[in-house]
Amino acid sequence: MFVLFLAIGLISLCVGSVHIDLINVLKSLVNAFTGTISLSPQEELILFSVRLPRIIFAGIVGASLSLGGVVFQAMLRNPLADPYVLGISGGSALGAIAGIIIGASSFYLGIPLLAFCGALATVFLVFVVAGGTRGPLLDNSLLLSGVVVNAFFSAAILFFLSIVNSLELHSITFWLMGDLSRASFKEISLAAICLFTGFLIIYAQARKLNLIVQGEETALHLGVNIERTKQLLLIVTSLITAVAVSMAGIIGFIGIMVPHMMRLVFGSDHRLLLPVSALFGASFLVIADTLARLVLAPAELPVGVITALCGAPYFIFLLKRKSL
Amino acid sequence: MSIISAQNINFSYATKPIMEDVSLVIDEAQIVAIIGPNGSGKTTLLKIINGTLFPDSGQMLIDGKDTRLWPRQEIAKTVAIVPQETASIFSFYAEEIVLMGRFPRLSNYRFENKKDYRIVHEAMEKTDTLAFANRRFDELSAGERQRVLIARALAQEPKILLLDESTVFLDLKHQMQFLALLRQLNVTQNLTVMFVTHDINLAAQHAGRIILLYCGKNYAIGKPAEVITAANIKEVYDVDVLIDQNPQSGLPRMTLIT
Repeated sequence: MFVLFLAIGLISLCVGSVHIDLINVLKSLVNAFTGTISLSPQEELILFSVRLPRIIFAGIVGASLSLGGVVFQAMLRNPLADPYVLGISGGSALGAIAGIIIGASSFYLGIPLLAFCGALATVFLVFVVAGGTRGPLLDNSLLLSGVVVNAFFSAAILFFLSIVNSLELHSITFWLMGDLSRASFKEISLAAICLFTGFLIIYAQARKLNLIVQGEETALHLGVNIERTKQLLLIVTSLITAVAVSMAGIIGFIGIMVPHMMRLVFGSDHRLLLPVSALFGASFLVIADTLARLVLAPAELPVGVITALCGAPYFIFLLKRKSL
Repeated sequence: MSIISAQNINFSYATKPIMEDVSLVIDEAQIVAIIGPNGSGKTTLLKIINGTLFPDSGQMLIDGKDTRLWPRQEIAKTVAIVPQETASIFSFYAEEIVLMGRFPRLSNYRFENKKDYRIVHEAMEKTDTLAFANRRFDELSAGERQRVLIARALAQEPKILLLDESTVFLDLKHQMQFLALLRQLNVTQNLTVMFVTHDINLAAQHAGRIILLYCGKNYAIGKPAEVITAANIKEVYDVDVLIDQNPQSGLPRMTLIT
């Protein structure tokens, strides 16, 4: 059964890529299948230095965000949780904005690094506010302090937006809505390594997540060392989300939507849910990014606009269909 | 040999004392009922036995080992509990719920194998839940859910089975079936059973020993005839009852005097 689902997940991944290839065919009259030999140097450059890294990067970010969504929804036992609940978005946005204002973009990895630090600092802050250093982690206090910290950071972001000049404003806005075009191969491989290791660690906890969803008491009864599991998941998931967000900006709705879609199709067993969500999240973001490139071609939309445009109506549909 | 042994246990939630100086010894393969009024500490006692709560002072020994020293996964192989009710936020199939009982016996990356599925199948057969194995757990009735949870506990293959008012939602037939199953497991697999109940007649009929808790104290412990007396019930529950003998089993039978 698992093999079957894995195959379906892989096919969905391929369909995403093939889809792009087909559009490429229409768009630039390049046959991507035979194209590798017959391409002109220019087209080759476009395909392998611009599109391919971007597609891979979109896949990694989509997978990271979806994984983050699955884990946080299960761990906090709240269907409305997303990878940003613990303030990762606000923190990294603030870090990135600070970077843009002080001109860190001229350094290698300047802005992603600052965004990453911002994200981790925020998670730590949320953790402390929720009282995680003193006693057991309560999901509600974690969730609430995440919401509070995020709200505070949005205010700070708005403040910065109102004082910067228009050029900075443009790049900040683009960052805030998610932008997959900047990543280099080095950054991508870094993110890939993080995602891969993170996934392995999270996947080892898949059955524990199933039990945690049944209630912490039940998980405890059935032999889950709940505090340690939660801390581990919190750290690993925050890390992979922070890496993705710091490089790609804030791309909304993937992390909250993909897990729900996959649950509807594949059920709630995390041993399936984790891999299929990662794979589907990856394909979904690749498609969304392709659309973002095409709609206003040659100009680009921020990919966050596409995900939110698809995501919000879908979410309403989900809420109407059943009370989550 | 005593499988459960509590020594001078004290426990309190914040400042409210729940258990005061409770000591008890349960031998292997006994069926024990825990009775007592609301808030007398019945559920707390179960949680202390399965090591999800630790006594503030005193010791709880399972198989001769302090519950503080048991790793969680190990104790879950020995002690299974059937809770009153669980609330899952995402829906699972009944069979998936029962499969979760195999958790303590599997390592992280392993999937359930044929043996696990066989054990789960047997557990569901015994609890008459196979018919809705492929239905969603949250769409079942309270009694059906309870039976699924019982199956999950059986799938843990425990030595000690703790039941927290598990018979409340069961209809008469399933109640009888379940109690017969408990007795059968008790005889064939030396399963030790402790069940919390408000049904004093049920306790008197089916338990070898009865623990009567009152205000966090072990008010009485012993054979049904020793514990179920009009005087004890009057003192603990503040109701007048008539105790006679069940015509079939000769065990004590309680009738409320109205």
